[in-house]
Amino acid sequence: MSNRLISWFKYASPQSFYPLAGRMIPWFWALTAVFGVIGLWVSFFVAPTDFQQGEGYRIIFIHVPAAWMSMFLYVVMATWAGLGLALNTRLSGMMAQAIAPTGALMAFLSLWTGALWGKPMWGAWWVWDARLTSALILFFLYIGFIALQAAIDDARRADKAGAILALVGVVNVPIIYFSVKWWNTLHQGSTINLAKAPSMATTMLWGMLLMALAFWMYSIAVALTRVRAIILEREAHTEWVKDLNEVKA
Amino acid sequence: MLTATGLSCVRGERRLFAGLDLAVGPGEWLHVQGENGAGKTSLLRILATLSPPAEGEVRWQGEPVTVLAEDYRRAMLFLGHHGAVKEELTPLENLTLAAQLDGTTLDEANALSALMRFGLRGREDLAVRFLSAGQKRRVLLARLAVRKATLWILDEPFTALDVKAVDMLSGLIESHLAAGGMAILTSHQSMPLPNGRILSL
Amino acid sequence: MNAVLAIIRRDLLLAMRRKSEVLTALFFFIIVASLFPLGIGPESALLRTIAPGVIWVSALLATMLGLARLFAPDHADGTLEQMVLSPTPLGLLVTGKIAAHWITTGLPLVLLAPVLGIQFDLDVGALGVLVVALLLGTPLLSLIGAIGAALTLGVRGGGVLVSLLVLPLYVPALIFGAGAVESHISGLGAGGHLSLLAALLALAVFFAPWATTAALRISLE
Repeated sequence: MSNRLISWFKYASPQSFYPLAGRMIPWFWALTAVFGVIGLWVSFFVAPTDFQQGEGYRIIFIHVPAAWMSMFLYVVMATWAGLGLALNTRLSGMMAQAIAPTGALMAFLSLWTGALWGKPMWGAWWVWDARLTSALILFFLYIGFIALQAAIDDARRADKAGAILALVGVVNVPIIYFSVKWWNTLHQGSTINLAKAPSMATTMLWGMLLMALAFWMYSIAVALTRVRAIILEREAHTEWVKDLNEVKA
Repeated sequence: MLTATGLSCVRGERRLFAGLDLAVGPGEWLHVQGENGAGKTSLLRILATLSPPAEGEVRWQGEPVTVLAEDYRRAMLFLGHHGAVKEELTPLENLTLAAQLDGTTLDEANALSALMRFGLRGREDLAVRFLSAGQKRRVLLARLAVRKATLWILDEPFTALDVKAVDMLSGLIESHLAAGGMAILTSHQSMPLPNGRILSL
Repeated sequence: MNAVLAIIRRDLLLAMRRKSEVLTALFFFIIVASLFPLGIGPESALLRTIAPGVIWVSALLATMLGLARLFAPDHADGTLEQMVLSPTPLGLLVTGKIAAHWITTGLPLVLLAPVLGIQFDLDVGALGVLVVALLLGTPLLSLIGAIGAALTLGVRGGGVLVSLLVLPLYVPALIFGAGAVESHISGLGAGGHLSLLAALLALAVFFAPWATTAALRISLE
């Protein structure tokens, strides 16, 4: 047990995590490709044409996984941030910082695809649907986190301040989601729902799950690449970074 | 007795000092010296528990200050670069409010006599905004006189003071030490006080 | 407890000596709300519909104005350090400061809101609901805003940044606050909205000072 604890803390130091991340990244890219190819094949060729919405519905294979990921990633980011505050490990803050842009991208992607889907379905690019509105506010929360970290020069302070914001955000996300839903029902919002496409075929569900897995793998690969860059930037003054082959070259 | 062992401080990517030990006993004072940017203020802020040290520990009467928390803060008085004096309030209001913030009460007569002692007679009802830089520092010194603390941590207390005020402050520190108090301060001037030690960063 | 009352009294005294700041936020509130009819038109049925939203959004913006000055002066002149070093727990002192902030910015908004409501042709019942909703909602705005103010303390472009951080978090307060008045007007009763607003306030009273305190300590390190 104690052995395992030690090795955990070993990998919690940026110096040991840097090469480990480097070895993991190709695997996650490979998995992204595998899941992505199969997922796209299922969603374009296997899943049946929807009898109500035609071919246009196929955008949900991007939209729904992106929306899931934007929410998951916020929780993952807040978890790392909270760990960083509680255990005072440097890597946790770097992980949170590395995840934020991908989370913001996912939130943006879900808004954009939502708009593309909304035009043929509702006849408008933007509808104040509860899900879309929540996604918009989640996007703002990501932007706030990134802006706060960017505005603070001292990296350790930026990590800690960002961590508090992420934790406050994670408490608020369910409240915001609930309040927006409440607001939506009060104002008699649209009854068509993106994720609850009527009589969703099993193959559609499979397509979505495969695409969600591809998005997961992509997010991990990108976050690890980004965290490697952050480690290099923050530890640039240390000996081990100067000794790295890629830095010498 | 204040002791610190193995203190180190990192600011950004620079290590200001490392492996620093110090001890101050009753009646003693410590003069922290060093060039600009050597970490004098950082050391004082660590000793005052305003920022945590990167490594090492500060103990008060043998107990870690992080454990003592408010008991330590009650025994300690910290005066930083900024005086914590509100420009819009009068010296008298500043003094009584600072005392209330410290968890004590200060009656008006005591506050007035402290202000008079520091040459602020007739200024007690004027907003601090209208006082000169030296007079503002004097308001702070009056706070030293009224606050009962064993350990004084003073960052550049002689800045902006005229000769007379410097003497007054030296006298104040001397009587504080004579009564068994302790002091840690930074200053560019040399200080003719007994029982002093110099710590060079 | 003495120190908490002292800090409230001190902040109120400071606000009295700097009346212009308090009044600026108030007039901002009035002006913003008065611009909407000019932009939309004087038709009273339309104004009645948008009134709760407009008054609430104006209140959010007016509260934002004062946030930058919640901790910044204390940070600049060293008072914040003395608060951290006070034997009284920082969380209590911070709660005191937030209370003073509400008394100087939130409470005047509550008192002025009925006047604006009359401009928007709200009836007496709706005005009453508006006041109660603001009474529950404006402390919530001060509490959440304090977290943002503490996080951006001493940070480049803090004044603009604070709005980016805080406004998304204000969404539930806006929805339930404006919703209370709307559902009263539409005859559904405001009870549900108001109790949700009160629940949010209770939650914020517990958590916001704690988060603000943690953020303040970080900014002082």
